[in-house]
Amino acid sequence: MAELDPVLLAVLKGRLEQIADEMDATLFRSAFNPIIAEAHDASHGLYHAETGETLIQGKSGLPVFVGAMSFAVKAVIDKVSAENIKLLPGDVFIFNDPYEGGTHLSDFKLVRPFFRDGKLYCYLASVGHWHDVGGNVPGNYNPVATECYQEGMLIPPVYLYREGVLNEDIVAILQSNSRLPGSLYGDLNGQVSALELGEQRLGDLLEEYGEDRVTGALDQLKASAAKLMASYISDLADGTYSAEDWLDNDGIIDEPLKIGLDIVIAGDRMTLDFSRTSSACAGPVNISRSTCIASCYVALKHIFRDVPANAGVLEPIDFVIPDDSLLSVMRPKPVGGYTETILRVIDVMFQVISELAPDMTNGCAYGTINALSMAGYRKNGARWVMFSFFGGGHGGHPNGDGLNHGNAPISTATIPPLEILEAAYPVRFTQWALRPDSGGPGRNRGGLGAIYEIELLEEKADAFLFGERGKYAPAGVIGGDAGALNEFYFPDENGDDASPPMVSKMVGIHLDQGQRVRLKTPGGGGYGDALERDPKQVAEDVRLGYVTAEAAANDYKCSVSDEGVLNEKETSRMRGDR
Amino acid sequence: MADNRTVVGIDVGGTFTDVFFLNEVDGSCDVAKVPSTRDDQSQGIREGIAQRRDNLGEVSLIIHGTTVGTNALLERKGAKTGIITTKGFRDVIEMRRRDRPETWGLWGMFEPVVSRDLRVEVDERVLADGTLHTEVDLTEVKKATTTLLERGAQSVCIFFMNSYANDANEGAATKVVKELWPNEHITSSSEILPEIREFERCSTATLNAYLQPNIGDYLERLEGGLREGGFGGEILIVQSNGGVMSVDTARHFPVRTALSGPAAGVIAGAHIGASAGFPNLITCDMGGTSFDVSLVADGESALAAQTAVDFGMVVRTPMIEITTIGAGGGSIAWVDRGGLLQIGPESAGSDPGPVCYGLGNDRPTATDANVVLGRINADKPIGGKLERLNVEASKAAIQTHVAEPLNIDVMAAAEAIIRVANAKMAGAIRLVSVERGHNPEKFVAMPFGGGGALHTGALIKDVGLSKALVPRFPGVTSALGCVIADMRFDRVHTLNSMLDDLDLDMLTREMVETAEDGEQRLAEAGVTFEGIEHLFELDMLYVGQTHTVAVRLPLDFESIKAGIDRDIIQGSFEDAYRSSFGRLLEGIAMRVLNLRVTVIGRRPKFDLSILGPSGDSSLEDAKTDTRQVWIDGKWWEADVYARLDVPEGAIVPGPALLEQPDTTIFIDPDLEGLVDRFGNLVISRKEA
Repeated sequence: MAELDPVLLAVLKGRLEQIADEMDATLFRSAFNPIIAEAHDASHGLYHAETGETLIQGKSGLPVFVGAMSFAVKAVIDKVSAENIKLLPGDVFIFNDPYEGGTHLSDFKLVRPFFRDGKLYCYLASVGHWHDVGGNVPGNYNPVATECYQEGMLIPPVYLYREGVLNEDIVAILQSNSRLPGSLYGDLNGQVSALELGEQRLGDLLEEYGEDRVTGALDQLKASAAKLMASYISDLADGTYSAEDWLDNDGIIDEPLKIGLDIVIAGDRMTLDFSRTSSACAGPVNISRSTCIASCYVALKHIFRDVPANAGVLEPIDFVIPDDSLLSVMRPKPVGGYTETILRVIDVMFQVISELAPDMTNGCAYGTINALSMAGYRKNGARWVMFSFFGGGHGGHPNGDGLNHGNAPISTATIPPLEILEAAYPVRFTQWALRPDSGGPGRNRGGLGAIYEIELLEEKADAFLFGERGKYAPAGVIGGDAGALNEFYFPDENGDDASPPMVSKMVGIHLDQGQRVRLKTPGGGGYGDALERDPKQVAEDVRLGYVTAEAAANDYKCSVSDEGVLNEKETSRMRGDR
Repeated sequence: MADNRTVVGIDVGGTFTDVFFLNEVDGSCDVAKVPSTRDDQSQGIREGIAQRRDNLGEVSLIIHGTTVGTNALLERKGAKTGIITTKGFRDVIEMRRRDRPETWGLWGMFEPVVSRDLRVEVDERVLADGTLHTEVDLTEVKKATTTLLERGAQSVCIFFMNSYANDANEGAATKVVKELWPNEHITSSSEILPEIREFERCSTATLNAYLQPNIGDYLERLEGGLREGGFGGEILIVQSNGGVMSVDTARHFPVRTALSGPAAGVIAGAHIGASAGFPNLITCDMGGTSFDVSLVADGESALAAQTAVDFGMVVRTPMIEITTIGAGGGSIAWVDRGGLLQIGPESAGSDPGPVCYGLGNDRPTATDANVVLGRINADKPIGGKLERLNVEASKAAIQTHVAEPLNIDVMAAAEAIIRVANAKMAGAIRLVSVERGHNPEKFVAMPFGGGGALHTGALIKDVGLSKALVPRFPGVTSALGCVIADMRFDRVHTLNSMLDDLDLDMLTREMVETAEDGEQRLAEAGVTFEGIEHLFELDMLYVGQTHTVAVRLPLDFESIKAGIDRDIIQGSFEDAYRSSFGRLLEGIAMRVLNLRVTVIGRRPKFDLSILGPSGDSSLEDAKTDTRQVWIDGKWWEADVYARLDVPEGAIVPGPALLEQPDTTIFIDPDLEGLVDRFGNLVISRKEA
């Protein structure tokens, strides 16, 4: 059809995005588990009827799902075509197969075909991170899994609703495989409500504007994103640019894993070549190909932020991801810790882009989700599982220092209030503070990570940690230095501080009443040479306790008293010596 | 003293201070408009009153919507403030809820209003169930107080973990601080917000302390100046929730004035709408850089539990829910690299302002498009700052920045700018109406402020609203709102109990005591009320959820005193839940998180018909001119009217422009405007 006038296009873009946003909001408000309700680990959108490509995505959902969900919808499309299924209005599929739909087993995807005049028009989909889906570890971040079967139940695409009728057997199977069946039931209902609302709103919109115009808008929005992305790429100088970054280990074997990326720019196309990446590993930090592409999408959106969020972003991008590498695994390789690997993919992108366009990038963010869970039984026998992700610093950037205590680049999650956690679980936080000297030194300093210390109030509990950046710190860019490493301490048999042998990954840490665990998270990497930082700024950092006097001398070559008073003469001597 | 019966409403805006006078003896009204005095707003207020009243003794009551607090927050110009807090938690205000300002891009920055050296920890701890784990070390509190004073703090916030559940430690510490602190600028978190969620409580309490000196000084200056001039009445301050409070309360809880100014406008909108027979309306305030909308349903405005004044600056007190988007008259139109026409968020504001002002901006704005399309009279600019507007400059800017990149002609480009701006505004209206489940056909749009009335017609068509209602004096709406605002007392307290275990006697006692306390506060203000109302609300959820639904109990104060029934609570929750999510969850227990008690003193309203037009002119008399206006791809000849001269009952057919000193109203060709007996212009579709 003819091009829509720019005005109508802008109007329809807003209306379509509102549909997805409202689906997000419906689930957030009604969800049971804090990972969805507070941390917004969920996403909704509209997807192409034939290809499953993302057409429209909500603004408030988890960014990494933007890319991944199109693969989930494609999995349903493939099943429908392979089994010659006749889709009907009111059908809803449910599954969590990570090899087909990306991410990990905790993420349950609901896919609903949308019909218009008896014809399939597009798909609506909802994904949410459930509190517990079985497996060896409460909360499902099992750092010692060697097969997906140890990570939780694995459900292939099956009918949740057939023509609007609920398949109660499926709900029974799901609930009986979870440690927290009530929470699962609540979240499932929230996702169904969100899809119902999306169906209603999209129907209204099509009624109001007509199918041709809405379809035209969707096509044009994709073309516009592709055009914008291509124009940015053509501004970059042709050539090959490279960087690599590392994961500490896979939780099973204590060897580093490499993510090697070569970006080839040729005219208005960009190739992301991951050939120099380690092979698939034994532990759960593998990701599927679809997850890898989704994480590249997130990185590109952080760098080229005004490109609209839809499949057009990826049109001028080519991928080289070798089969059976860490970034393209097959069943039954474990994938539970996918967050750590995609964060590293994003970090390595920021590093390569710093070679290409220094004013468009930033130091790496803290780079680990730090999934820490504590679980046990109350005196009355009730099971409790506290599961949360923790924050860290963002990287320094061209405009200033990195944000202290931000959320992970793959999400827009907030952390639940401590008072809500303390009211819900038998724990007491004894420290919740910024971590001095954790921000990577630089002209613009990396943001600070945090120190979290948690005490057990019940008699006994077990703790589990799935983290990273214990050996390879978040890198700085343009001459900036790395942020601090992740550190975790728990009491050993004698009650002394111990750290996990795998540094940031451990299961079954036994805690008695009054004992504490302590997590110190990384800051962000610096931006630019630390010796170019204004000594007055360094002194102010010392005065406020972001940087110690010792680090000011070592990292910034500034002589500052503990109170933050700058010795200018000594400083210029120290800096002049270099 | 003469008739000591004039009530004065005052709204201080960025450019003008508006004053509305109501003589309660004969019901007559009057308005005054003087330039705002930015450094000391109280000066402009005195000048504004003096314009119409020689003798302040004639004034019995002054009600004031203030932006002193809002500005201090936005510009970070509050006092040097300290925080005394639980050991291990001094960074709560800086760590926030671990978020970032934008979804895409990692370049966010945040500087808390209290720097790290002014946040001091003391040994103490209360657990979530209220158990006293560690008694507060008062020697440390004394030391912390001294440290903060030495470091120059002028105000202080005391914030302890879980103080919502047990305020013993926080109260004891506050008492010690009070003995040492040289002024009254002290805020304790459990006094201002005894509600679970540490960051929100800490942020609200800290921002309160941060504002105390500014607002305290300001109110003192205002009151002192007025008293000196012979004023013997009472002064009330508008809160962000649209209710008024005494000066004394405002001094203690200045954070409640964060949205004081805009709230008064919404209150006026609700009253004007209800008087004219439109209890459901959406107020639209279009300024230079933003467009604010707020929904009034059945005469009541929607309240939000909290708002972020800026990234990380969270204020959690009930506020009139005002949705702001970056689309004002000064918003800049541009074409992005993908070829999409965009409006804002960048704005030329009022200085340098639109291109047509000729003050240095060369990128086209929404106002420039209105000028080119003939909707704004270039020879008679509003505000009186400029002689005339430069139409040709506007046109050239639109040509370069919009028409050429889109490959369309300049008039089409100007019209496109307006349509995209309208679409953005319509989106904001939809956000507060359609998306909350309200049927737009039952709502009217009410523009106030300078620019809104140019766009209203398009908005009602875009959103499907039934009509638009332009008040007779859109420029003084907020000042009028001050005069009629009710007095309000709000209190929240966290209960955090399973419904089945809830101690109903305790709940009843708490409700009654809180309500009686509220009545007491109202009585102390020295203002007369037509009646007192009580609202009792519970924040409830299914066990396991973290977001609550607001459950209003369908009970008056007398029935509450007689005791509450568990079934009523459960039934009210289920009604509220079903209306939000369309379903109930079987077999899951319910929890009661917070109790909210509100006491409202209804203040007398006045009959708005006294504002209406006098009956001795005709529509023809009111017509001043005709002008060429570009609409839907061609020029139309539109009649131009002096708005205030158009008589009651007159129907103005579109296309038409109605001009008055503080605004211009545009009626599309397919719409018409009817002047009602209050002088409002009611715009609707032409009868087919």
